[in-house]
Amino acid sequence: MQSLTLIQAITDGMRTMLRERDEVLVLGEDVGKNGGVFRATDGLQEEFGESRVIDTPLSEAGIIGSSVGMAMNGLLPIAEIQFMGFIYPAYEQIMTHATRMRYRTMGAYSVPLVIRAPYGAGVRAPEIHSDSTEALFTHMPGIKVVCPSTPYDAKGLLISAIEDPDPVLFMESLRLYRSVRGEVPEGKYSVEIGKGVKRKEGEDITLIGWGAMMPVLEKAAMEAEKKLISCEIIDLRTLYPIDKDIIAESVQKTGRCVIVHEAHATGGLGNDIISIINDTSFLYMKAPIQRVTGADVHVPFFALEDHYLPTPDRVMEAIEKAIYF
Amino acid sequence: MGYEKDFPMQQIVDKDGFLILEDYKDKITRDLVLTFYRHLIRVRTFDRKAKNLQRQGRIGTYAMFEGQEGAQVGSAMALKENDWMYPTYRDHAASITFGHSLPTILAYWKGRVEGGVPPKGKHIVPPSVPIATQLPLAAGTAMAEKYKGTNNAVICYFGDGATSEGDFHEGMNFASVFKAPVVFFNQNNSYAISVPIEKQMNSKTIAQKSAAYAIPGVRIDGNDIFVVYFETLKALERARNGHGPTLIEAVTWRYGAHTTADDPTKYRNQEESEKRREFDPVTRVEKFMKNYGYWDDEWVENQKQLVEEEINQAVIEMEAMPSPNVSDLFDHIFAEPTWTIQEQKNAYLTHLRGEASCNH
Repeated sequence: MQSLTLIQAITDGMRTMLRERDEVLVLGEDVGKNGGVFRATDGLQEEFGESRVIDTPLSEAGIIGSSVGMAMNGLLPIAEIQFMGFIYPAYEQIMTHATRMRYRTMGAYSVPLVIRAPYGAGVRAPEIHSDSTEALFTHMPGIKVVCPSTPYDAKGLLISAIEDPDPVLFMESLRLYRSVRGEVPEGKYSVEIGKGVKRKEGEDITLIGWGAMMPVLEKAAMEAEKKLISCEIIDLRTLYPIDKDIIAESVQKTGRCVIVHEAHATGGLGNDIISIINDTSFLYMKAPIQRVTGADVHVPFFALEDHYLPTPDRVMEAIEKAIYF
Repeated sequence: MGYEKDFPMQQIVDKDGFLILEDYKDKITRDLVLTFYRHLIRVRTFDRKAKNLQRQGRIGTYAMFEGQEGAQVGSAMALKENDWMYPTYRDHAASITFGHSLPTILAYWKGRVEGGVPPKGKHIVPPSVPIATQLPLAAGTAMAEKYKGTNNAVICYFGDGATSEGDFHEGMNFASVFKAPVVFFNQNNSYAISVPIEKQMNSKTIAQKSAAYAIPGVRIDGNDIFVVYFETLKALERARNGHGPTLIEAVTWRYGAHTTADDPTKYRNQEESEKRREFDPVTRVEKFMKNYGYWDDEWVENQKQLVEEEINQAVIEMEAMPSPNVSDLFDHIFAEPTWTIQEQKNAYLTHLRGEASCNH
C-alpha cells in the first residue's frame, strides 16, 4: 500500500489506466510537458508519449469537442479543464454533444469521456479560479458527476469514470489536492459511481457533504460531540446519480439533516437532496432540513472567500437549529 | 487585400455544361457523369417531396437544400466506405448520397429519434443543429483515426454563418495543429437565415480563412459538381496521406427559405433566386450530358421513374413506422438508466396505463 495525496492518487489512476488500455488518452492545456498546472499529469507524457498525453491549444470547447469526437470513435479520452471556472466555453459541447450523442443515435454512438476539473474555493486563488458549479451539470441529462474527498476514492472513482460508457465530470477539490493523504492500493481497483459512503456513525443528526466540505463536516461533528450531539456523516462522492438509499437510511434513523455545499444555494444540489428526503423519509423528519451553502453571490475575490465558504461554525449553528427545533 | 485573387473560384464545367479544364477529360468517365446525374435527380426529387410533405402536415419543419445539390452530392461521392460524415441539418443530400436511408431521413424530420441512427456500417453522425459545434467533434474523430493509424478521413459540413462562431476557429485550429485527416467543407450560400454574407464577415472569401491555420484553402463553384467532386477527392487524399485538413469553400445558393418555417421574401428579392437557376447544379449536368453525347431520353426517363418510385416507397415506409415507443424517451440517456430515470419512467408508464397509485 502506498500513502498518497489526493492529487497523487489521481495521477496514479490515470497512469494505471493508460497502462491498461491503449484507447485511454489524456489531453488538455499544459498536461504534457508541464505535467499540468497542479502536476496532476506529472510524468505521464514522459511515460506514454505525446500521442497519448496531449498538450492541446488553449481552447476548452476545442478540448471537449475533440474529445467527444474521439470518444465516438472508440477512444477513451480524459480531458482536463484547468479550473472549473474555465469550463463554460465547453458547456455547449457538453450539453449539446457529449451528453446527447447516445440519445440522438439510440446508442449507435456513445461518449465514454471523462472531464477532470479542479473546483472550489479556499486556496487564495485569483478570481474565477474557485467556482463550484456542479449543479449546472447535475441538471444536465446524460452526464454523471463525481467528487471524491479521499485519495482512495479519487483513484477508484477515476478508474470507474474511465470505464464508464457515458460521460463523467470528475470534480477535484483543489483545496484537498495536497491537504489529504491516505492509503491507496497499487494497480487497478474501482469505487462504484452512484454510491455514497458513511464516514462516521451517529444517532442524532445526519450531515451530508462531498469533496472539500468533508473536513468541514468532520470538524463540526467533533464540536457537536462536545455538546453531546452525535452526528452521522455521509460523503456522497457521486453527485449524479445521488445515492438515495444511503441518505434515506441515515435520515430515517436520525430524523434530522444538515446539507453542506460550497455552491450557491438556489438551484444547488442541496435542494435535490431535500427532495430525496421528502420523497423517501417525510414522516421520519423531526426538524426542517438545514442547508449551509454559499450565498447566491459570485465566489468572491479571495480576500472575502472565508466569508463565502461554509465553516465548521456555520455547520454547528445549523446542527443546533435542527436539534433544538 | 487581394484575397479573391489568391483564392479564385475554380470551375471544371461552366454553367452551360462545357468542360473548361481539358486536364479532366479522361477522368470524367461516362459512369461518373451518369452517377452524378442519378444522385442529383434523386436528392432533388426527395427535397421537393419532403417540402410537400411538410406542407401537408405529414412531417415537421424541414430544411430545403434545393440549389446546393452539386456541392453535397459531389463531396459525398468522393468519400470512401469507412470515412466519417458530419452533416448539418441542410446536408441530407450529402448523407443520402453517402448511403443514409431515405425513410430514416424522413423520420428525422418527422421528429423521430430513429432519424438520428446511422445506417449499419456507415459513419454518418446525426445532423448538427447548433451552428459550428460539429467542427471540434470532426477534428477529434479525425484525430482518433490518425491515432489508430487508419487511412480513413472525415468530412465536416458547415455554412457561411458558421464561420462567425468560435467553434469554427477551435475546430479548424485543432485539426491544423494535430494534422487531423479532416476536410472542412463549407457551403457558402450567402445567407445565414436572413443575414447576408456582407453582414456576416468582412472577408471576401471563406477559403482565405485557411491561411490563418496554414492549411490549404480552395474556393470552388459549388454548383459545378465536377470541381466539387475532384477537389474533395484531392483534399481527402491529402488527409489520408497525413497532410492534415483542407478548407473547401463551395460557393452555392439556396433557392428557397431557410426552412419551411420562414419566408425569404422578407429578407431578399426572390427574383435573385430565379436568376440563379441559370447556374443550377442539376441542369448543368444535363447540359453536359447533352453537350458530350451522354444524354439518352429513355435512360433519363427510366431513372426519373426509379427515383420517384424509391421516394414514394420511402414515404410509405416512414408513414408505416409504428407509433413512437414511449420507452425511447428514457432508454438512451445512459447505457444503463440511472435510478432517477428508471423511477420517472416507471411512474410515467404507470400514469399512461391509468394506474396512478392513490393511497386515499
